[in-house]
Amino acid sequence: MKNNPIMRVVARWNIPFMFVFAVYVQVHGEIGPGGGFQAGVIMAASFILYGMVFGAAEMRRVVPRRLTDILAAAGVLLYAGTGIYSMLMGYPFLDHVAIWPGNPGGAEPWGMVSVEWGVGITVFAVMMTVFNEITEGTDEAPLGTDTEMVPALHQNKTEIN
Amino acid sequence: MDFVHQHLPALVVALPLVTGLVTAMVGRRGAGWWIAMGSSAAVFALCAQLLANVAGGGSQSVTYLLGNWPIPYGIGLVVDPLNAAVLATVALIGCVVTLYARRSMAQEVPEDRSHFFWALWQFCQVGLLGITITGDAFNFYVLLEISSLSTYTLIAMGKGRDRRALTAAINYLVIGSIGACFYLLGVAYLYMVTGSLNMADIHARLQDIFATWGTDAPVYRKTVIAGFAFIMVGLSLKLALFPLHLWLPNAYTYAPAAVTALLASTATKVGAYGFIRVIYTVVGPDFAWRYLHSDYILMICAMMAILGGSLMAIRQVNVKKLLAYSSIGQIGYIALGIASDNVYGLQAAIIHIFNHALTKGAMFMAVGCVLYRVGGVRLEHLRGLGRKMPLTMAAFTIGGLGLIGVPMTAGFVSKWYLVGGTLERGWMGAAGVVLVGSVLALVYTWRCIESIYFGKREEGAPEVREAPLSMLVPTLLLAVASLYFGMDSRLTSDISAQAAHFLLGVRP
Amino acid sequence: MQIVQDYYNYWICIALMMVGLYGVIAKTNLVKKAISLGLFQTGILVFYITIAKIEGGTGPVTVSPLAGEPIYSNPLPHALMLTAIVVGVSTLAVAMALIINIREKYGTIDEHDIHRMEHEMQD
Repeated sequence: MKNNPIMRVVARWNIPFMFVFAVYVQVHGEIGPGGGFQAGVIMAASFILYGMVFGAAEMRRVVPRRLTDILAAAGVLLYAGTGIYSMLMGYPFLDHVAIWPGNPGGAEPWGMVSVEWGVGITVFAVMMTVFNEITEGTDEAPLGTDTEMVPALHQNKTEIN
Repeated sequence: MDFVHQHLPALVVALPLVTGLVTAMVGRRGAGWWIAMGSSAAVFALCAQLLANVAGGGSQSVTYLLGNWPIPYGIGLVVDPLNAAVLATVALIGCVVTLYARRSMAQEVPEDRSHFFWALWQFCQVGLLGITITGDAFNFYVLLEISSLSTYTLIAMGKGRDRRALTAAINYLVIGSIGACFYLLGVAYLYMVTGSLNMADIHARLQDIFATWGTDAPVYRKTVIAGFAFIMVGLSLKLALFPLHLWLPNAYTYAPAAVTALLASTATKVGAYGFIRVIYTVVGPDFAWRYLHSDYILMICAMMAILGGSLMAIRQVNVKKLLAYSSIGQIGYIALGIASDNVYGLQAAIIHIFNHALTKGAMFMAVGCVLYRVGGVRLEHLRGLGRKMPLTMAAFTIGGLGLIGVPMTAGFVSKWYLVGGTLERGWMGAAGVVLVGSVLALVYTWRCIESIYFGKREEGAPEVREAPLSMLVPTLLLAVASLYFGMDSRLTSDISAQAAHFLLGVRP
Repeated sequence: MQIVQDYYNYWICIALMMVGLYGVIAKTNLVKKAISLGLFQTGILVFYITIAKIEGGTGPVTVSPLAGEPIYSNPLPHALMLTAIVVGVSTLAVAMALIINIREKYGTIDEHDIHRMEHEMQD
């Protein structure tokens, strides 16, 4: 696919818009339709598109596996941290009032923003991890350049104990 | 300290969750174990405190509101005498097995994956503790899946030693997912008729519905019955109750040693807790037992479990598989206690949840020690180990005696209550089956003991030493604890009596 | 036929679940098993969504003051099913990871072949 000019051009044009749309969905999460899960998937989809067109190895250069591992945990940690923060301030777990005491109406969206970003980051990282796991071993060739979609499956054929 | 007291229920779940995430990020090069150990010790302290609070505060249930949403709308964490006892059991076993797991893990899981292992290890405990403490039916499902998904992966990590770990894991995944889906479907039915997901609220609203059933215009009869049936089948799969136990033997046999010890003593126990919770506090025994008479179904399943599990155990040559089948039989004892619907029977179920966790935990850990030193756990590998690994084998033997139910071991106490409960109910046959089960347990335990103490190690077999101290100490700890609770059963019987009275709504 | 027409939404759930369950039981290819499992879960998702629908009910997000007192569909089951979808995705991901590993270790993803191989191994 790397050598297909249409794919390259379309992907190059599409990916920035996918980024923007992901962020749009993300920042609307706390009061309207949208939210972290959808945004994370869209964001991951843009990177996966990049990986499919330009090669998974190329994508992994941009987003290394070590980074997605850390982000996956960091997102949930942000979620849980929001809850722990409320506990430290003397409110029940995940009671967002703690973020802005005295203004429950203002505090609730901010708590949700924090939670949604946590969800978004984790979902993004996990989707990337899934893609990485499946394309492991295809570093040489981008997906679709040969007939074998998942060469990793065939590598260790002989290693049957 | 105030902070801890105020947030005890939330911390029990949140603490291992956060430390598990931290482990996934920074748990490389041995740091993972230290984090997991610290976290599980802290969780045990928290759970012990919860149990003490409940035991001291009369039979009250305490509700902690997540996000401060009032109860039918938000998720509440509920602590009552029943789940405080189960929480303490899970946390105790989690703590001891984590101590044990360090050396055995280093041998079985590749170093570059160890941080994931320890993260999943803690997520599994998050799930199990969460299932136990939550008061919300849907939250129960989510936590069930959290613990199950981490369990599948933990089992699959045994692939380095035996590739069958992978197929065992995928079998468990398929069956476990179907079980969870059945549970979810059952909750949907109950949600249809009550419009609530909070367990206590569902219970209250179901009472109004049941009230109409005696009249000419019964409402939602079929829906409630279908929902109850789906939930029971789903939980039975998780509990590995006899006809639905097929995932269990291979999963226990091929999982890494420490994972087997953890699962055998906590995962099925939490399933049993779910059973008690749904029957006694969600739909209520009046509906489940006296209206539907499902106690007879449960009794028959339990009796088949006791006989079938024990008979299958006798045929095994792999000691891990033998113990796995024996676990199926022991689950039968717990189910029989639940079905007998009186204080003695419920006490037996709750005491057996604890005692069997100690006994089986000790035995699986002893077998893990053998696996660590000898490299195999078929009966012939055990031959003559009574001289080579005397302490490990002593722990194994104590556990075996507990399975039989010899007086002075923990197993005796639970069987005493169980026979009392079944006789009070008038189920002579079931009481007989319990005794037959003990005889069968004697047969399969004797096969192991014969190899251990009367078998001769082959000439020229490699020299074997006693297991390393960090594995031996936790194994002996559980074995000695099972002896202690066999001789002095005041603590367990007090707590279980409180829980049973709470469940049946009678004053002691 | 009336009963099919009146309750067509429930029939869809039943059909989805039964197709899924059949696949889980009857298919020997592990990937097909995993797909069937997903189908089974989808049946339950649809069931939750369908019990939330109220005839004439609108989405609970927008409120138009001109429309008078609107009837809302119950949003809670939708929120629950978002969680259940995430759980389903995770289950599928774990299943796929296991299947890839099985392929590496056994050289096949057919259950019959795997059983045959395991049968020859000692316990």
